[in-house]
Amino acid sequence: MPEYSWPPTDQRRVIGKPTKRRDGLEKSTGKAKYSSDLKPPGMLFGALLTSPHPRAKITSIDTSEAEHMQGVTAVHVMTAAGKEVQWEGTEIATVAAVSEEIANDAIRKIKVGYEVLPHLVREDDLAKAGNRAKAAGEQVTGDPDKAFQEADAVVEATYGIPVITHCCLESHGNIVQFAGDKVNLWPSTQNVSAIGGDLGKSLEVPAANVHVEMQYIGGGFGSKFAADSWGVEAALLSKASGGKPVKIFLDRATELKIAGNRPSAYATIKVGAKKDGTITAWQSTSWATGGMGGGGMPPIPYVFTEIPNKRLNHTAVAVNAGGARAWRAPNHPQASFLTCSAFEDLAAKLHMDPVELFTKNLGYTSREATYKAQLQKAAEIMEWQKRWHPRGQTHGPVKQGLGLAVNTWGGGGHASQCRTTINPDGSVVLEIGTQDLGTGTRTAITMVAAETLGLPLGAITLRIGNSDYPPDGASGGSTTIGGVSPSTLKSTTNALRKLFAAVAPALGATPEQLAAVDGRIQVKDNPSKSLPWQDACRKLGTNKISEMGENNPRQPGGLMGQGVGGVQMADVSVDTETGIVKMNKFVAVQDCGLIINPWLAESQIHGAVIMGVCGALFEERVMDRQSGKYLNADMEFYKLAGIADIGEIVVHLDITPENDKRGVIGLGEPPAIGVIGAIGNAVANAIGVRVPQVPLTADRVLAALEGSNA
Amino acid sequence: MQAFEYANPTTVREAVGMLGARWGEVDVLAGGTDLLSLMKEHIETPRRVVNIKNIKELGGIKKHGTEVRIGATVTLDELERNPDIRRYFPVLAQAARGVSSPQIRNMGTVGGDLCQRPRCWYYRNGFGLLGQDKDGKSLVPGGENKYHAILGNAGPAYFVSASSLGPALVALGAKIRLVSASGSRDVDAAKFFVTPQNADSREIALLPNELVTEIVLPNTDTHSATYEVRQKEALDWPLATASVVLNMAGDTVSSARIVLGHVAPTPWVAAEGQMALSGKAVSQAVAMEAGKAALEGATPLSQNRYKVQLARVAVKRAVLMAAIGKI
Repeated sequence: MPEYSWPPTDQRRVIGKPTKRRDGLEKSTGKAKYSSDLKPPGMLFGALLTSPHPRAKITSIDTSEAEHMQGVTAVHVMTAAGKEVQWEGTEIATVAAVSEEIANDAIRKIKVGYEVLPHLVREDDLAKAGNRAKAAGEQVTGDPDKAFQEADAVVEATYGIPVITHCCLESHGNIVQFAGDKVNLWPSTQNVSAIGGDLGKSLEVPAANVHVEMQYIGGGFGSKFAADSWGVEAALLSKASGGKPVKIFLDRATELKIAGNRPSAYATIKVGAKKDGTITAWQSTSWATGGMGGGGMPPIPYVFTEIPNKRLNHTAVAVNAGGARAWRAPNHPQASFLTCSAFEDLAAKLHMDPVELFTKNLGYTSREATYKAQLQKAAEIMEWQKRWHPRGQTHGPVKQGLGLAVNTWGGGGHASQCRTTINPDGSVVLEIGTQDLGTGTRTAITMVAAETLGLPLGAITLRIGNSDYPPDGASGGSTTIGGVSPSTLKSTTNALRKLFAAVAPALGATPEQLAAVDGRIQVKDNPSKSLPWQDACRKLGTNKISEMGENNPRQPGGLMGQGVGGVQMADVSVDTETGIVKMNKFVAVQDCGLIINPWLAESQIHGAVIMGVCGALFEERVMDRQSGKYLNADMEFYKLAGIADIGEIVVHLDITPENDKRGVIGLGEPPAIGVIGAIGNAVANAIGVRVPQVPLTADRVLAALEGSNA
Repeated sequence: MQAFEYANPTTVREAVGMLGARWGEVDVLAGGTDLLSLMKEHIETPRRVVNIKNIKELGGIKKHGTEVRIGATVTLDELERNPDIRRYFPVLAQAARGVSSPQIRNMGTVGGDLCQRPRCWYYRNGFGLLGQDKDGKSLVPGGENKYHAILGNAGPAYFVSASSLGPALVALGAKIRLVSASGSRDVDAAKFFVTPQNADSREIALLPNELVTEIVLPNTDTHSATYEVRQKEALDWPLATASVVLNMAGDTVSSARIVLGHVAPTPWVAAEGQMALSGKAVSQAVAMEAGKAALEGATPLSQNRYKVQLARVAVKRAVLMAAIGKI
């Protein structure tokens, strides 16, 4: 059994070097074609009729007028008369037509009778949730009552973080062709290798008959794993339209309503501590919603899990709104916000610097040394010691403040298989059924292959995004880089060994004595004995080399790892006359493993911080109690940051020999976790009072200031 | 979007002949930044769309002796960059600048800014101009009203005027020229904006058979500024704005015009605020008093009391900008 390992740091020529994205030019010039850009021959346009009511019984549905429209090829009812819909945007019927306009006109010709039923669309006021609220059992650790009695300081407050949505730049959707017993699927998915099986199951078509191709995706963030109703519907419409491909991509409003969201989290939290800041007790009463399924309890107390005395209660609230899906570190941003807000409030009550308070309690975490070093590093970059001030102690109407929060995440590597082909003409092809979510997976795979084979990046042809290639796991849980890097390393190493065996006689050496360096195969001890790569490959005669490599998630073998922590700090200015918050600077110190490409790693963190800034300052789903409508299902009043709103982002990666030994660890999720908590704490520090709910909009900031002045 | 007839006139005369007798029949297309989304959402379903971007006489900014004329299809970007506008009417240039996306400034026109429909999310979600349920009850007072009106909101209209230029034009005493097949009329900017009393009427005095052709600004020797409070730097609507035009005698304000934006169904002339400035030298304290006075009588809804404070601050800062060039 051959051994595989990453080259020692001082021998890496490609890995660890800042490297441009392989597809940067294609993406920035529009040459890169996303599934939503494609138009296979004969393509029809699908449109979706959705419920305008948050809860209703369908009393009748008449599609005859739509069916008879010229240009309409198929109409399909998804929710029949007699059934109930449970949220605005629920799919009722679909239409396929020869143009987008006809399809959209046709769905307006479908007559649906609704019996409107009472609804609940808001969970922020738990008292109004009635029988929609389902409490989980109480969890008690130690003796919280006694600990609170004995505490020197106790703080108690209620915090809230609303439902937000993924806002993928490319909305959910696909093109599907269902002809005979064969299906062609062009999806927008985080799951190229397995989505075909998912769709096939719904269509009762063998997975082997579903072909999937996707070269680029405009964002997923955890919301794009399944075939979804629009996959099934496009297939059925295709079948009913003589096997022509049908395109369905959700419009923005529908995307925001039904294609997933991040659950809310509200909690009344009580924390008790000794005078020196040692936390002794935690009590939380939390509630959340992620749609009709309710919402689970975020993992609180976050990171500081070993607080000895705890009482936890949680209530899930079912609301008539679209269902939740995984959102970049599911439940962690909420947990970090809730926990770190309560800790910051405690620090303020104790007149302590929160860095000191967090540091003091690191014994309750599972990586004390890491966080301690990170708190110091982040504080150093932020000039915390010089710039931090106790709450509210600055002059003038514009107040500046600093805040911090922590993160943790797993990672690991998903199951992945890679096939490397070395042809006698010297060309090299890698095939993996993975997907590049925009994180730079293409670039990372190519770099690993180039490193192993001693070739320039341009000599590697990489093929991904196709279900014909060896299977690769779904891109979720920050597991892609940890999956594809080992499988690529193993596959290219195996192929190279085959090449060495073919070339060794010509160089008068044994295969073990050979190395691939700078485009040549050479004898390790005697580099003058060498062959250029192409001449070496010619020794294969007419036989190409094709070798697999596999990553097994349960056997990391030092190639990939999991378990990271991070500390994040925000610097904000708050105009106390207007309540407008501005980002000055954000510092993200992040634990990591072996870094394949520092630019990609930093870019992941930039993207995560930007999403966090949006969540902290702008984003919220606004549901109307009366009509049950999602009022801001658009990109106008569902607000996202622009460049001018983001401020400076400083990334520090913990690149150390010890971390390198852990192998590759994904960074998609951890840096997205602490941003909201850090910004909320910075605002509290700036203005001297907690703004209990995010986003930190003018109305909330002014209300908090007014409350503190009252 | 409902199918429509597309008309492409090259003269005003031709264009006004194509307009409708009633609202809803014909829509005028200039930059399209509002109209296209209204049509896609089926909030507007015109049978004919008249494109006026090919009418040359509707373009250009011209200084004629004592006045400046701004064509209706001048883009917000052209307006904001125009040296005469910047020099003589900073209140207007700054208002245009506040439209916070280059794409909208490049496409959106002066006439379009005046005629765009409210952004009220009940209206945009299909509850009609006044945001009413099927029984005619407004959803706004008991609903999500953080962006709605705090002045002039006795009902039935609770939305805020979406116009970015309106407050500045009212403050400057501009006239808006409206042309129909039977002639033309000049309307004071202050009278161009109206509060509708029913869902079928409009929030502007334009008649369905009329076209906004140009804006006429009186030549001025004023000090002016617009200050906008906006949640985001990037593309976003203002939470409150103030446009201030001051006639100064030395350091003293001889007369002032203060017009608030995004706080009422029309640009809102703050008469008390104007009086608070008259005859005074501008200082932080005087500007703040003007802000307070300007919002006397505000009647915030359940979720928008904060906008009273924002509008006060906008007035204060606009007054300071206009009088002494800094806040």
